[in-house]
Amino acid sequence: MTHTRPTLVVVGHGMVGHRFVQAAVERGLTETHGVVVLGEEPRAAYDRVALTSFFAADSADELSLLPEGEYADPRVRLVLDAAVTAIDRTERVVTYVSPAPRASAEPLANPGAVHEIGYDVLVLATGAAPFVPPVPGRELDNVFVYRTIEDLEAIREASTTATAGAVIGGGLLGLEAANALHQLGVRTHVVEMAPRLMAVQVDDAGGATLRRHVEQLGLSIHTGVMTELIEGDADGVVSGLKFADAEEPLPVEIVVFSAGIRPRDALARECDLEVAERGGILVDEQCRTSDDRVFAIGECAAPGGRMYGLVAPGYAMAEVVVDALLEGPGTFTGADMSTKLKLLGVDVASFGDAFATAEGSLELVYSDAVAGVYKKLVISEDGTRLLGGILVGDASAYGVLRPLVASGIALPDNPESLILPVSSGAAPLGMPDEAQVCSCNDVTKGQIKHAVGEEGCETVADVKRCTRAGSTCGSCVGLVKSIIEEHFESVGKVVDRGLCEHFRLSRQELFDIVAVHGYKRFDDIVEAHGTGRGCDVCKPAIASILASQFNGHVLDRGTRQLQDTNDAYLANIQRNGTYSVVPRIPGGEITPDKLIVIGEVARDFNLYTKITGGQRIDLFGARMEELPAIWRRLVDAGFESGHAYGKSLRTVKSCVGSTWCRFGVQDSVGLAIALELRYRGLRSPHKLKGGVSGCARECAEARSKDFGVIATEKGWNLYVGGNGGAVPAHARLLAGDLDTETLVSYLDRFLMYYIRTADRLQRTAGWIDSLDGGLDRVREVVVDDALGLGAELEAEMERHVGSYFDEWKATLEDPEKLGRFVSFVNAPDTPDPAISFTEERGQIRPADPDAPVVLAATIPVGAPVDAAVLG
Amino acid sequence: MTRGDRTWEKVCPLADLEIERGVTALVHGQAVAIFRTHDGEVYALGNHDPFAKASVLARGIVGTRDGIPFVASPMHKHAFDLRSGVCLDDEHASVPCYEVLIEDGVVHIGGRRREVA
Ligand code: SRM
Ligand SMILES: Cc1cc2nc3c(=O)[nH]c(=O)nc-3n(C[C@H](O)[C@H](O)[C@H](O)COP(=O)(O)OP(=O)(O)OC[C@H]3O[C@@H](n4cnc5c(N)ncnc54)[C@H](O)[C@@H]3O)c2cc1C
Ligand code: SF4
Ligand code: FES
Repeated sequence: MTHTRPTLVVVGHGMVGHRFVQAAVERGLTETHGVVVLGEEPRAAYDRVALTSFFAADSADELSLLPEGEYADPRVRLVLDAAVTAIDRTERVVTYVSPAPRASAEPLANPGAVHEIGYDVLVLATGAAPFVPPVPGRELDNVFVYRTIEDLEAIREASTTATAGAVIGGGLLGLEAANALHQLGVRTHVVEMAPRLMAVQVDDAGGATLRRHVEQLGLSIHTGVMTELIEGDADGVVSGLKFADAEEPLPVEIVVFSAGIRPRDALARECDLEVAERGGILVDEQCRTSDDRVFAIGECAAPGGRMYGLVAPGYAMAEVVVDALLEGPGTFTGADMSTKLKLLGVDVASFGDAFATAEGSLELVYSDAVAGVYKKLVISEDGTRLLGGILVGDASAYGVLRPLVASGIALPDNPESLILPVSSGAAPLGMPDEAQVCSCNDVTKGQIKHAVGEEGCETVADVKRCTRAGSTCGSCVGLVKSIIEEHFESVGKVVDRGLCEHFRLSRQELFDIVAVHGYKRFDDIVEAHGTGRGCDVCKPAIASILASQFNGHVLDRGTRQLQDTNDAYLANIQRNGTYSVVPRIPGGEITPDKLIVIGEVARDFNLYTKITGGQRIDLFGARMEELPAIWRRLVDAGFESGHAYGKSLRTVKSCVGSTWCRFGVQDSVGLAIALELRYRGLRSPHKLKGGVSGCARECAEARSKDFGVIATEKGWNLYVGGNGGAVPAHARLLAGDLDTETLVSYLDRFLMYYIRTADRLQRTAGWIDSLDGGLDRVREVVVDDALGLGAELEAEMERHVGSYFDEWKATLEDPEKLGRFVSFVNAPDTPDPAISFTEERGQIRPADPDAPVVLAATIPVGAPVDAAVLG
Repeated sequence: MTRGDRTWEKVCPLADLEIERGVTALVHGQAVAIFRTHDGEVYALGNHDPFAKASVLARGIVGTRDGIPFVASPMHKHAFDLRSGVCLDDEHASVPCYEVLIEDGVVHIGGRRREVA
């Protein structure tokens, strides 16, 4: 008898459907069941919570939750672009159409083929759809909703010709959509029926603070307003909004509806599953519908009659259903609807009983209208427990406050200290282990401690991988970090951020110590703050710190013994002990005469030449003692060190830009050269690379660099944190449409901030990730000047620029430094016999290494000393 | 200190040795890396890094590890004990270690050291 495995069909491949499949695979459900997932969208599940970042992303792939496009487990079949149209519960068959019909397409363009598939268990994860109120004119062109990547693509397309737009709905999502429109360069109006913004989450006073913030950014807010009609022009495109009490329509060419969501429960209704009164598929605590074999999870479900418009409860439901299918005890009994987000750069958080609905509850309010901060705590009648709260303008305390609500632990005697400006959000409050730390993924403090204590996690990144805490909205990352540190402290393990056995200090701490004390010598630093005589880790790090601050010559007496391999001889060591020579070619632009000089030098010294990936030329195979003569020729011809050997600026790559290219909108070569010359010689925690492209086609690959600049019609967009190498990262937008002067000041600040605070050998991408607040933090410091450091950072850069000199030229002028470039102290003219070459493709290359070569004993090397004298 | 069996070879004035930065010398036809540490000691090792198979040790960074004076090869940072030539990261590997004598301010290198201090 053949035994077929039961089939589990999942309808909807959104965030929750995907989480369900992940959990099913992880917990072994696929051992017993085949899984088929039918998803209507043309792409696999993506991070809808981060939808808005699509505008900043390079491609939709960056948002994908399943970048490979399929599950690694072959027992899961994912069918995309497949819309389920009917469920037959008697026969246990679902019908689907693929390709799925598109709202935008011609109705009969491509009807799609109809398929059927049988199920043993059915899981509905169809999510929700934006609610579009029946306003006349809603069928016009340029009326959008804000839910899918396709919606955003359409909005972006429309924004290229529109000058003004309106978002209908001033709630959480409405403000996010407004933010997006604003960023797309459209004059943005927010139209809200309620008397304040974010009516569901914040109270009147909080709403007023939020409104002031948003208006300052140049958005227009219309509250307490009913939209009566959307007006269209002759082509059927939106031209204005007519409000109930206004004479004149508001002229807009785009309308985005964001007036709430409705569960997508139509399939369930049509097959007579029970639905909740206010919509949503009615399910029990195991997320089972009125049919035993059918479950519903995520935004389409209404456990106990209530639907949840957040991703965390959906994830919890997904886990519960997997558990139920494995005959586990899991239940879903409601969820924390707390929210913390940054809207248009404003922190907003609302948690627990934010409106003080509990009887006798007390409110504690701190408000600073000038700073735009509003904080409210709702406290139980007896003053012992925190019930909820609202934070606007500064939500740093959220990480500590929300778990206090969830765990019900006693408040300190002076609860106001929790919201007064002095309190640091991360105050080490004794949170109990049951306290939920990550609400998106329902991870408790206890689980994080377990991951750290038992599963060997040491960093936030480890904990993310292990528990998922912090992997969704990121608002809990600060708290996760302090729990890790608290744990290590509690077990008596010093959280070791020290560089090496000689210094118990991090690079940043050392940097500050050098700045404060003005140390210029390694010996003084190690005597005062370290132990032993240093090593290959701390010495180059300190050399780099000294160079960043004082910009002396790296081969000066006090610092040359600290330099790493390549810096020590101002060239890159190769596998046979020879060196490569890389002259600077700023922006990759070079005259024919200079090209000829490089060719001649390479020919005369018999060097292997290669064009590098950094738009310049590398000459390989120079013996150490030949370096001065080679550089003499290059310096005389006007070349400078390219610092290919230093942890310092390498190249600023350019495309040809407006000087020649028919698409170029700015002089990218000119800017690349200016930036390369400005930052040349700047020693930093790791190497630095830049790029400048003349238009959005991005031929200079600027977004793969630590800093990348892309020309726009209005100026320059500045991207930071790109990286090639083993862990590639795309640079992300720091600020847009800058004039050159502002661009340079931001770059000065960005680079100096990095140099001051990054770890040793940490590229900008990893450094940004390691900051609390990530790129937003960088933007606060660099663009908003939140620390008031801007002028100081710029002055430091100015000092560097003013003190720049060419290291190779200075070396050639100093016999003391040149004296080091010899093969042997006692035989300076004898080439090292261990080095030999063969030929390949018409050029030299290292001969394959052997054992050490013994030179014929006849070569005179100093006079032998009389053994008798030595006694 | 046990004497090696070769004659001593005069290499350079002690003053030519920088503190904590090696020099390479040609001694008995071999490339030898000579180091002077912060406490004034002078050590001599074979210059050939057995991992990278290149003659480079003199160009490494000199320091201490758990109090042991060492040089980190500039190639892949393998650490060698200056007193014995033994690799601190892999005890099976080592480089030759030579006798050193300072006389009248001049550095002399002798034969290969057989006994480890
Ligand atoms: C010569 C060159 C390859 C080539 O033939 O094209 C090269 C050669 C080396 N690269 Fe590179 N990289 C070269 C372009 C790149 C690029 C492409 C680019 O710059 O556009 C990348 C990826 C972009 C990036 O850095 O993000 C690149 C990523 C790396 C990495 C990985 C860095 C990382 O963050 O993961 C290393 C390893 C490291 O630095 O720790 C590295 C290290 C090295 C070193 C220095 C390895 C070493 O320590 O000896 C190589 C010696 C250079 C020499 O002897 O002159 N090289 N390297 C390129 C020189 C560019 C220049 O003109 O300065
Ligand atoms: C802009 C934006 C910002 C948000 N920000 C946050 C936030 O900060 N925090 C938070 O918690 N939540 C946020 N949310 C809400 C969050 O995205 C949702 O709670 C979450 O996506 C719900 O997951 P789901 O799987 O239930 O629904 P979805 O992710 O919508 O997935 C449902 C999928 O099912 C498909 N489907 C529907 N019907 C069918 C059918 N008949 N056949 C086949 N497939 C079908 C749909 O096409 C869709 O792909 C935000 C939402 C948006 C739009
Ligand atoms: S990035 Fe634009 S301007 Fe530069 S070369 Fe490419 S197409 Fe031309
Ligand atoms: S609370 Fe959103 S990721 Fe943890």
